[in-house]
Amino acid sequence: MLEPAASAPIWPRFLPCGDTALSVELGEEVNRAVSAKVVRLHRLLRQQPLDGVVETLPTFRSLLVQFDPRRTEPAILQDALTAIIAGMADAPLPSRRWTIPVCYAPELAPDIAEVAGLCGMSQAQVVECQSSAVYYVYMLGFLPGYGYMGDVPEALRLPRRRDPRTRVPAGSLAIATAFACIYTFDSPGGWHILGRTPLTFFDVGAPEPALLSPGDEVRFEPIPLEQFEALRGVRGGPQSRHNGTGR
Amino acid sequence: MKTALAVTAPGLNATIQDLGRPGYQSVGVTVGGALDPIMLRLANWLAGNGAGEGALEMRFSGPAFEVRGGSAHLALAGEGADIEMLPPYEGRHPAYRSFALQAGQRFRVVLKGGGPCYLAVEGGFEISAVLGSVSTLAACGFGGFHGRALLMGDVLPLRRSAPANGSFALRAPNFAQPEFIRVILGPQQGHFTADGLNTFLGESFTISHLSDRMGLRLEGPLVRHAKSFDLISDGNPHGAIQVPGSGKPIILMADRGTTGGYPKIATVISADLAPLGRLPPGEKLRFKAVTHEEAVAALRAQDALLASLKAAIAPYRDAKEELARALMEENIISGVADASA
Repeated sequence: MLEPAASAPIWPRFLPCGDTALSVELGEEVNRAVSAKVVRLHRLLRQQPLDGVVETLPTFRSLLVQFDPRRTEPAILQDALTAIIAGMADAPLPSRRWTIPVCYAPELAPDIAEVAGLCGMSQAQVVECQSSAVYYVYMLGFLPGYGYMGDVPEALRLPRRRDPRTRVPAGSLAIATAFACIYTFDSPGGWHILGRTPLTFFDVGAPEPALLSPGDEVRFEPIPLEQFEALRGVRGGPQSRHNGTGR
Repeated sequence: MKTALAVTAPGLNATIQDLGRPGYQSVGVTVGGALDPIMLRLANWLAGNGAGEGALEMRFSGPAFEVRGGSAHLALAGEGADIEMLPPYEGRHPAYRSFALQAGQRFRVVLKGGGPCYLAVEGGFEISAVLGSVSTLAACGFGGFHGRALLMGDVLPLRRSAPANGSFALRAPNFAQPEFIRVILGPQQGHFTADGLNTFLGESFTISHLSDRMGLRLEGPLVRHAKSFDLISDGNPHGAIQVPGSGKPIILMADRGTTGGYPKIATVISADLAPLGRLPPGEKLRFKAVTHEEAVAALRAQDALLASLKAAIAPYRDAKEELARALMEENIISGVADASA
């Protein structure tokens, strides 16, 4: 395998992951342009699978291409993938935009006071700042349906909590570093919890179990506690899928 | 009445597993499935099933059951495992030989080896697939039997109330413990010092008792990083060996997270995943780097071994067994009479 020169990185870069996978790196950094390439390649391979490829897994800057080594080999895949990548459009990725209702009431936001203190803001300013950005789903991981959504405004960027919680309730909206996430299951977690959505983000019974997909755009809409209670457990769907709701 | 297995003792973390749940890694759902897919296949074939039917995966301490409703045809596969009938019934059923049981009969699974063992039932358990698989993903509470390990009092319904097949048997295969676990270096071997790589490939490691279906944690010499150990997260293939800041490698197994941000020094070749899944805590292992071609040759050899094992499975008839079964059936009749008295 050719080693790209350190001074002039050449993308894609192929890294072996055992005898059944290749990691295809498409850039050095976490940014939307690199991610769009990863997501585009993932979608192309879903529409027109290469011989022997069994599944692809998009992450921040790379696509894990899993294959059956009885049916293909890395050199063949590298050539085919290199050609596909070279022919990929640079246009913005067609993507969905979600508006996610979130209740930032203190009983659902155990870390909002601390975050406000650390960032030198009022709690209302934290809500305003966090919910004013349009986020982008870089990838799903950690838990089923759990999206890494960036980018949290600079003023709200904090390292993970020193003391992770053993149980974060499903639906919790949390932030750490440049990312926001929704916990899709009750789970341990070390991010700062700012609120909770009443929507269900992962439903094993649905044809598309995860609400979010890599490449989606997301904004958060603050809602009062009564509305949170009323919407509880609603599956994210057209009702949460707005197109330009005036906010 | 429907045949079911009622759990009279839960054992330790007994879960339903099949060959896993591929196709959903891009939305964060790991593949999961049997830690030892070879043993799972053997159990299924012996019970007259297709290779990928859901079966009970058990390890270290086996559960006990009572057959309810109708009759059942069961098969056990796993090293050092057998079935002990519980009073008033007597006798044992070895692994790799399927057997029929009647309503009212009680038994427990005795596990002596360190690897996972599989109990398959003809026709499979009547459990709905979740995202195409009945594998239990306990961390998320879905798949298998209510998304969790068996508990006392659970009643597992069987799809088939009266078995159609007679017994099948296979001479107990001897899976020698591998001398090395073979790996392909990468994706991030460049993040380690030359000494770190030498340690990884030259020293032996011990599987920690903190290991589980998600990963095998290794104790031993520390594998040193040359660069930062905090990477941009990427995909976690089965068998990836990540090395967190502690320098203690973790081999990512069936229930691993789909993505991770620690450097992965190497990846276990697919042919060695089942042997690796069989190694119990406390066991030592060493790694050996191989080429892609060697890995594929090993995979083909494993395919051939599986095909030969499948071909060697034959109907089992034994005069003594037949007599014992006839006697047992009489016992059942009196047992049922006693229970209703």
